[in-house]
Amino acid sequence: MNWEVIGSYLPLYWKAMLLTLRIGWIGIVFAILLGVLCAIVRFYKIPVLSQLAGVYIEVFRNTPLLVQLFFLYFALPKIGIPIRADFCGALGLALLGGAYMAETFRSGLESVAGIQTESALSLGMNKSQVVTHIIFPQAFARSVPSFVANIIFLLKETSVFSAISLMDLMFTAKDLIGLYYKTTECLTLLVVFYALILIPVSVLGDRLERRVRHAEFGD
Amino acid sequence: MSENKKEEIIKVNHITKRYDDNSVLEDFSLSVYEGEVVVIVGPSGCGKSTILRIMNGLEPIQKGEVTYRGEKVDGKLGSITRIREKVGMVFQSYELFPHKTILQNVMLAPVLVQKRDKKEVKEEALQLLARVGLAEKKDSYPRQLSGGQKQRVAIVRALCMHPEVLLFDEVTAALDPEMVREVLEVILSLAKEGKTMVIVTHEMAFAEAIADRVIFLDAGQIEEEGTAEEFFRHPKSERAKQFLNSFTYEKK
Amino acid sequence: MPNLGIEVLFKGTNMARLLGGLWVSLRISLIAVGFSVLLGIPLGIIMTAKSKVIKAFTRLYLEVVRVMPQMVLLFIVFFGTTRIFGWNLNAELASVIVFTFWGTAEMADLVRGAFISIPKHQYESAKALGMNSLHVFLFVILPQTIRRLLPLSINLVTRMIKTTSLVMMIGVVEVLKVGQQIIEANRTSSPNAAFGVYGTVFLLYFIGCWPISMLSKYLEKKWSNT
Repeated sequence: MNWEVIGSYLPLYWKAMLLTLRIGWIGIVFAILLGVLCAIVRFYKIPVLSQLAGVYIEVFRNTPLLVQLFFLYFALPKIGIPIRADFCGALGLALLGGAYMAETFRSGLESVAGIQTESALSLGMNKSQVVTHIIFPQAFARSVPSFVANIIFLLKETSVFSAISLMDLMFTAKDLIGLYYKTTECLTLLVVFYALILIPVSVLGDRLERRVRHAEFGD
Repeated sequence: MSENKKEEIIKVNHITKRYDDNSVLEDFSLSVYEGEVVVIVGPSGCGKSTILRIMNGLEPIQKGEVTYRGEKVDGKLGSITRIREKVGMVFQSYELFPHKTILQNVMLAPVLVQKRDKKEVKEEALQLLARVGLAEKKDSYPRQLSGGQKQRVAIVRALCMHPEVLLFDEVTAALDPEMVREVLEVILSLAKEGKTMVIVTHEMAFAEAIADRVIFLDAGQIEEEGTAEEFFRHPKSERAKQFLNSFTYEKK
Repeated sequence: MPNLGIEVLFKGTNMARLLGGLWVSLRISLIAVGFSVLLGIPLGIIMTAKSKVIKAFTRLYLEVVRVMPQMVLLFIVFFGTTRIFGWNLNAELASVIVFTFWGTAEMADLVRGAFISIPKHQYESAKALGMNSLHVFLFVILPQTIRRLLPLSINLVTRMIKTTSLVMMIGVVEVLKVGQQIIEANRTSSPNAAFGVYGTVFLLYFIGCWPISMLSKYLEKKWSNT
């Protein structure tokens, strides 16, 4: 291991990580919004929209992000929809993540509905009161484990961004290996930087899961 | 009958209820009068719980109507929630809200639905909790309570809405035997106060002690109806006799 | 209506080549799934053991797999082994190794989860009926475990297939790469080929994964109440 090499590569990796984080976080925020929207549409079986959301969810859950990105980035310009690489990365991540988040939130909602709803109704609450005070808080708590898993999954998926020539960590590593053959150093830095992104998320996620479980449901 | 002079609160009028193709209730009618305790007994699956759920508008019906003080209980949003405020219901599985403390469980609906003053509701909630012996549990979560305690909270939660009628749907069926009594005592004390109640239960001794009127239901029909004394001591129909016999044991 | 470049697919052997590329992806996933199941089941059973050492090691293994992107693992195995051992590892073999490493962890975790989800009284009531440990395992525990496990393992297959799309990044010529080559070769005659070709690849993946997902969902629903 050559520490001088590592030192000289650090700023490049740092920059690459910031790019991953920037696109990743925008993508994830929109994925959550899209997921909530689709989950509600599916949960209430709103005609037409529910079917559309269903098709969207199945399509994006059953195709790889890499292929989705290739389509968005290389194919759409051919029918007159050019798209910037970083925007494309965030969009792809949001579309993929939206499909996963939708299923997470929907199953959370469905696990609470039923007799809990009835007991709230029997106290005279109207539908929107039942949703905001009874269903949503519990559904969210129940969605947390799957929600955390989705966030980790999506952050890992950002590793394909280099395919649409975004200068992320993978791109930087591959580039440097090709240029200088400092393979060990490059790969070590790659692992360290991904660990830097994902271990805190994993730890925070665990803590959130435990807190929710204790606060809301015990054991 | 003396009840007839009192005001009719809930009236179930010639209703038919089907699940898919199975008819649960066929042309069924029942009236509940003010201050009366009606106990519905009968074999499992005879439609007892369905009647309570229909009275609270939780179950769509195919024919007939339910009226509350003459007002029709239907799916219309405004009217159904207003009526449900006046009709409290306690479920077999307690159905406390697991994400709220005991006090929050009790206070939620009065504050949210009836827009009552928080302070006043809290005072009342604490009084009611004290009455069922659970004042010190006010800040616990439902999971920290035993089944019997949860059910007592569920009753308090319904009471805090000042309902005119209380519906009890097999509230002791999920409880350990030694916890049944603590719940039934609470219901008995409510009966002494003259609360109007409709109770579905399998506890025959309790039914006999509390009922002003017993309805024996079999296969969606009222098979027999009478005072507790009449029904439990001198059942008329063969089905009722068989049913009551199934609760006694003899060593042959 | 602009030219969508779908005609490229019907030129010469292009469609056959594309499907050939798809087969490469499928082959890698199927081999990796096979190994993952073979290795994951015993590992999962080992993980139900109470030993602290076993727990610590398997925990570390699962954490690595949970946190590291498969792409990073591919890079390590593909570029790293060349560097350290001087081998020139075949990219397809590297992919199989990485996906097996990843799949085994996932499979083992599923197996462990399925076993510990069987309530203790199931063992006890079977024993109380006079069954010996082997019988309890074979006739009581195993059938229930399989019912819990099968839908989730089928789901792992679709994830494996989707993840194999990554192998093009280390130079395996699979469906996406073949697509890229076709687009390159026809860029003058069909400048819009990217739309037709990538659209087709998109569809192929969907056609491949969707029925498997449906099967998994169906089995999960069917067996959830038993």
